[in-house]
Amino acid sequence: MKRLAPGTLPVFAVLAILLVALAFAGPAYEHPQGYIALLKRAAPLMILALGQYFVIVTGGFDLSVGSLVTAEVVIAARLLDGNEDRTWPVLLLLIGFGALVGLVNGLISTVLEVPSFITTLGMLLILEGAVFLWTDGAPRGALTESFRQWGRMGFEDVPWIGQLPYSVLILLALGTAAALFMRTGMGRLVLAVGDNDTSVRLAGGRVRTIRTLAFVVSGISAAVAAILLGGFSGVSAQVGGGLEFEAITAVVLGGVALGGGRGSVVAAMAGALTLKALFSLLNLLGISGALESTVQGVIIVAAVAYAAADTGWRDRVLRSKARSTAQPGPPAPDVVTTS
Amino acid sequence: MKRTWQVVTAATALVLAATACSSDNPSDTGSDDDSGDTGSHSDFYDKAELDRQLGFRTATAEGPADQPWEQMLSPEMVDTAKFKKEGPYKLCFSNAAVNNPWRQVGFKTMQAEVDLHDEISDFKVLDAEGEDDKQISDIQSLASENCSAIIVSPNTTSTLTPAVDGACKTGVPVIVFDRGVTTDCPVTFIHPIGGYAFGADGAEFLVDEVDGGGKVLALRILPGVDVLETRWSAAKDIFDDSDLDVVGVEFTDGDAAKTKTIVDDYIQREGQIDGIWMDAGATAVAAIEAFEDAGVDVPPIVGEDQQDFLTKWQEDGLTAISPTYPTYQWRTPVIAALRILNGEQVPKEWVLPQPTITSDNLGEYVNTDMPPLHYAMCGCEELPEYPDAWK
Repeated sequence: MKRLAPGTLPVFAVLAILLVALAFAGPAYEHPQGYIALLKRAAPLMILALGQYFVIVTGGFDLSVGSLVTAEVVIAARLLDGNEDRTWPVLLLLIGFGALVGLVNGLISTVLEVPSFITTLGMLLILEGAVFLWTDGAPRGALTESFRQWGRMGFEDVPWIGQLPYSVLILLALGTAAALFMRTGMGRLVLAVGDNDTSVRLAGGRVRTIRTLAFVVSGISAAVAAILLGGFSGVSAQVGGGLEFEAITAVVLGGVALGGGRGSVVAAMAGALTLKALFSLLNLLGISGALESTVQGVIIVAAVAYAAADTGWRDRVLRSKARSTAQPGPPAPDVVTTS
Repeated sequence: MKRTWQVVTAATALVLAATACSSDNPSDTGSDDDSGDTGSHSDFYDKAELDRQLGFRTATAEGPADQPWEQMLSPEMVDTAKFKKEGPYKLCFSNAAVNNPWRQVGFKTMQAEVDLHDEISDFKVLDAEGEDDKQISDIQSLASENCSAIIVSPNTTSTLTPAVDGACKTGVPVIVFDRGVTTDCPVTFIHPIGGYAFGADGAEFLVDEVDGGGKVLALRILPGVDVLETRWSAAKDIFDDSDLDVVGVEFTDGDAAKTKTIVDDYIQREGQIDGIWMDAGATAVAAIEAFEDAGVDVPPIVGEDQQDFLTKWQEDGLTAISPTYPTYQWRTPVIAALRILNGEQVPKEWVLPQPTITSDNLGEYVNTDMPPLHYAMCGCEELPEYPDAWK
């Protein structure tokens, strides 16, 4: 068993506590069905967190995913307009549109060297405005049943758990693929780009390509999340509102360092599940949904503060170790700064 | 490792602290209170107006029964001879917005009504896109456009009042509809009975259909909007007087995803929900789906006249009701303008009937050929452009 990546243990511990707490808080979690339902609701955010992970770990931000999700759902409704036979072409088109938006984000951030925070903030506003202009604020058209099944339906009568939602299977497939990818040489290169892009460049790594591809992955994950969310709840012009911040909170909660270079994709997805589990627990305890954004704010600040404190603490330990082994002689140089 | 445990402890403390706070959370409506504490009334509450509207529901309207957009409830006619003018006419319309399906259906209905009348040579429309500031300048610019009559659908009540006053001063007849203004200078103010009647229709239905002590979840779009506050006020009064248990009053922002999550949360928290009251039906289907996906029966539900809800109601044989805020009211301002320009009397306050769709007349309104968010009570079926212009 491979050791957990540094900084990822807390999220799994918190998640475990929350999952146990849920069982005590409400009758819905006395059966496995409750947890499957939670996973189904969390799947879109977990997929967004997966995409966001690649952007953040290579040193960027993707703020455009929320309005990209909204745009995708509105486009799907307009193009489908209830026609079942258009479902597959539209699904492919949505994935393509997500990849295209990611590509544009990536190229502007890398080739034009606009900070990704600004690029994707601009993309957020552009998509939001375009959707409003196109729809006059009220989406038209309708999603088809075969489109909606991906976010709403599943294999029925599965022993022990009842329904096995398609969204959970999609989540597992994407999550496994991402986790396996991160163990390859290419995956380690992705981490290295966020950690120290100069050394990657000097070693012949294609930093810009990797960063751009991270945005493409984020765009595609937003498209998949949009397909699941649109399926779950139908047409809505507000479906993606605030999702970019939920995804970033989830990734940070998963112990992924802002600025890049450190963190695990599984932990980032666990962060998303933790966030959803926490919201579910708060709901079962009778706390209004209005508190969700407050909780999110506390988490994002606390998690980053924890990571900073943790890094500082490890620095000091390693430094003092270096000092004691190097005695006698001059103090050891500041060697441990990469994380 | 020490730090890990610190974080775990901190997270636990956070959850515990949040739990402790729940008792003073204002939007927590107290599921432990069997009487169903529904909070206090908003500042918009007006008991006299509520009683007036409830009375209108059973009153007989004057005018042709098959054309409710020309009907009026207890009208006080005013003389308009001073506005009499030869055609052709240029009608001007300052629209608050077309930013929701209700307004889109309404606006198309209005355009179709305009097309019926050859004497209207020009129909000038300015869309304020939901901005008070823009609508103020829109009305000002229409006032200098040489309009025969100015129709205003105000974005908000108090902010637009001075602008409407200014338009009246030009001597052109001004017609206000949908939301009102606080000046009586317009020749006529056209509106359906109103929000109190809308809210009461749904609440009374639930009181009849849900067994005593049943758990009702009230879903509202957002607080602080007069036309929506009145709907909730009337329902709240009725629920408070009943033995139903209002387990929650939540705001959905009119968003399907949020609605579905809220309903799902309440099914989990309460074990069962016996009735759903909504102040607008746009997300009623999302609420229904939450029950379907949870594998439980859909309880009695209050929706509106959107086709998606009506279709679902008919197909699944739901126990439901649709109060309406009819979009046919968008035809009336055009009719009123022509009557005024013709010197005919119009009511000072033109109160239109506000029909309710029940399981008895549901079949008349379901039309699966129309888009899901088409409003059935558009009174547009006989217009020449129907149905293509509404699709």
